[in-house]
Amino acid sequence: MSAAKSRVIPGFTPTLGYTLLYLSVIVLLPLAALFLKAAGMGWGDFVTAAFSPRVLAAYKLSFGGALAAAAINVFAGLLVAWVLVRYDFPGKKLLDALVDLPFALPTAVAGIALTSIYGPKGIIGGPLLSWGIKVAYTPLGVLVAMTFIGLPFVVRTVQPVLQDFEAEHEEAAASLGANRWQVFCLVILPAILPALLTGFALAFSRAVGEYGSVIFIAGNMPGLSEIAPLLIVTKLEQYDYRGATAIASVMLVASFLLLLVVNSLQKWRRDRFAGV
Amino acid sequence: MTTSRQEPLWARLLLIVSAVAVLGLFLLLPLLTVFAEALSKGLGHYLAALTDDDALASIRLTGLVALIAVPLNLVFGLAASWCIAKFEFRGKSLLISLIDLPFSVSPVISGLIFVLLFGLQGWLGPWLADHDIRIIFAAPGIVLATVFITFPFVARELIPLMEEQGTEEEEAAVVLGAGAFRIFWRVTLPNVKWGLLYGVLLCNARAMGEFGAVSVVSGHIRGLTNTMPLQVEILYNEYNFASAFAIASLLALLALVTLAAKSLLEWRLGLRGRH
Repeated sequence: MSAAKSRVIPGFTPTLGYTLLYLSVIVLLPLAALFLKAAGMGWGDFVTAAFSPRVLAAYKLSFGGALAAAAINVFAGLLVAWVLVRYDFPGKKLLDALVDLPFALPTAVAGIALTSIYGPKGIIGGPLLSWGIKVAYTPLGVLVAMTFIGLPFVVRTVQPVLQDFEAEHEEAAASLGANRWQVFCLVILPAILPALLTGFALAFSRAVGEYGSVIFIAGNMPGLSEIAPLLIVTKLEQYDYRGATAIASVMLVASFLLLLVVNSLQKWRRDRFAGV
Repeated sequence: MTTSRQEPLWARLLLIVSAVAVLGLFLLLPLLTVFAEALSKGLGHYLAALTDDDALASIRLTGLVALIAVPLNLVFGLAASWCIAKFEFRGKSLLISLIDLPFSVSPVISGLIFVLLFGLQGWLGPWLADHDIRIIFAAPGIVLATVFITFPFVARELIPLMEEQGTEEEEAAVVLGAGAFRIFWRVTLPNVKWGLLYGVLLCNARAMGEFGAVSVVSGHIRGLTNTMPLQVEILYNEYNFASAFAIASLLALLALVTLAAKSLLEWRLGLRGRH
C-alpha cells in the first residue's frame, strides 16, 4: 500500500514542512521553554517550590477531585449512554445533543452558573444547606464542577461501542439461560470495559487541569479548596515565575503520563476488536 | 429488537428517568440558570449590560482573536491532514500524538508557557521590551494562547476523514494532468468540506470561550485586553452578577448554536458520538 500511496500525489514536502514548523513554533518550543526554565532552577529550589505543603494540598485536591469526578462519570456516563442507545423516548435527540454542552459552554460561564445553582441561596444549594450540606466554596463544589466538565467524555466513548455491539452475543447468552443482569455483567460489560476505562482516563485528565469552571465554585481557600492550576495563576500574579513553573512541570509530566495511558487503552481497544 | 434484549418495563422506565434527571439537573439547569440570571434585573438592564463600552470592547476582542486563530489552525489542519493522510512516512503516529498534545495541557499552563517566553522575565522579554513590542498583557499574547489551545481541532477531524477517503481520486486527477492546487480545490476539498466545517465550528467555539489560558496572558485590562469570558469573570468578582450573566448569556447562545450546527453536521456526515 505504501508504495502506491506515495510520490504520485504532489505536495508532500511543503505540507510536511509547514506542519513541522507550525507545530514546533506554537506547541513544542513553548513547552520546551517551560522545562528548560524548570531545569535551570536547581533541584533543591525545584523541590521546595513544587512540593511545599500548600502545593501538595492543591495536588491532592486536583488529582483526588478529578479521580472522584471521573468515577462518578463512569456510572452517570454509562447510564446516559445506555439509555440513549437502547431506548426510544420523546426528546431523545435533544438530550443526545445536550450531552456535549460541557464541551461547548465556555468554562467561565459553566463556573458562574454552577456557583449560582449550588450557592447558599441557589436552587439546589439552598435546600442542601438546610440539610447541613455545603456545596459551593468547599471541596464538594470542586467535585461538582469537575463532574460537570467530564460527563461527555464517558458518554461519547461508550456510546459508539454500545451501538456496534452485536445482538447475537446477548441472544446467545439469553438462550443459554442467563438473565438480563447476568447478560449485562458477563457479556456487555466486558465488551465496553476498554471504552469505559478510556472515558474515565479522558474525564480524569480533563478535570485535573480544569480551571475556569472550578475557580468560581471552589472558594479557593489555600490548603483546603485551592486547585493546582489556580495556585499557578496565584504564583504568577505574585511574579513568582519559578514557583509557577515548578508546579506546572509536575502537572505537565502527570498529563503526559495520562496521555500515554489513554493511548495504550485505545490501542488495546483496537487490538481487541481488530479480529472480530 | 427481540425480547431477549429488552429489560422489563419498570427497569426501562427507571433507567430513562434517571438518565433524564442526570442530564436535566446537571446540564440543562446550568444553561437555564445563565439566561434566568441574565434577565433577573429586567430586559433594560440586560441590554444596557450588553451595550456597555467595556462589554462591547470585549466582544470585539473575542471576535478578533477568533478571526485570527481559527484561520491559522484551519490552514495548519489542511496541511497536516494532507501530508499525514495521503502519504506514508516514518514517525507519522508520533506526529499525530504531538498534534493532539495541547488537549492534554491544562489551560493555565498553556498561558504560562507564553509568559515564560515573551513576558518581561521571559526568554525573549528583554529583547521585546527594547524593541517596544508587547505580546504578554496585549492582544498578540491572547491570540497565541488561543492558537495553542485550539491547535488540534481542525487537524484531528480532517486526518481520519482524509485517510478514509484514500488516494485514488487524487491519483486519477494526477493522471489526468491536474496540478496540486487544482487537485486540492476540485477533488479533496469537496470530499472533506463537511468534516472541515465541523472542525472549524468546534475550533471557533473553543477560541471564543477559552478562559484559563487567556486569563494568564491577558493582564485583565478593561476595554483593552479583556475577552468576553474575562469580562464575565471581572463583573462576577465585582458582584455585578446580572451583567456578568448577561455577557455569559451571549457565550451560552454561541454554545447552543454550536451544538445545533454540530448535530446537523453529524447527521450530514453520518457520524455518531464524535467530539
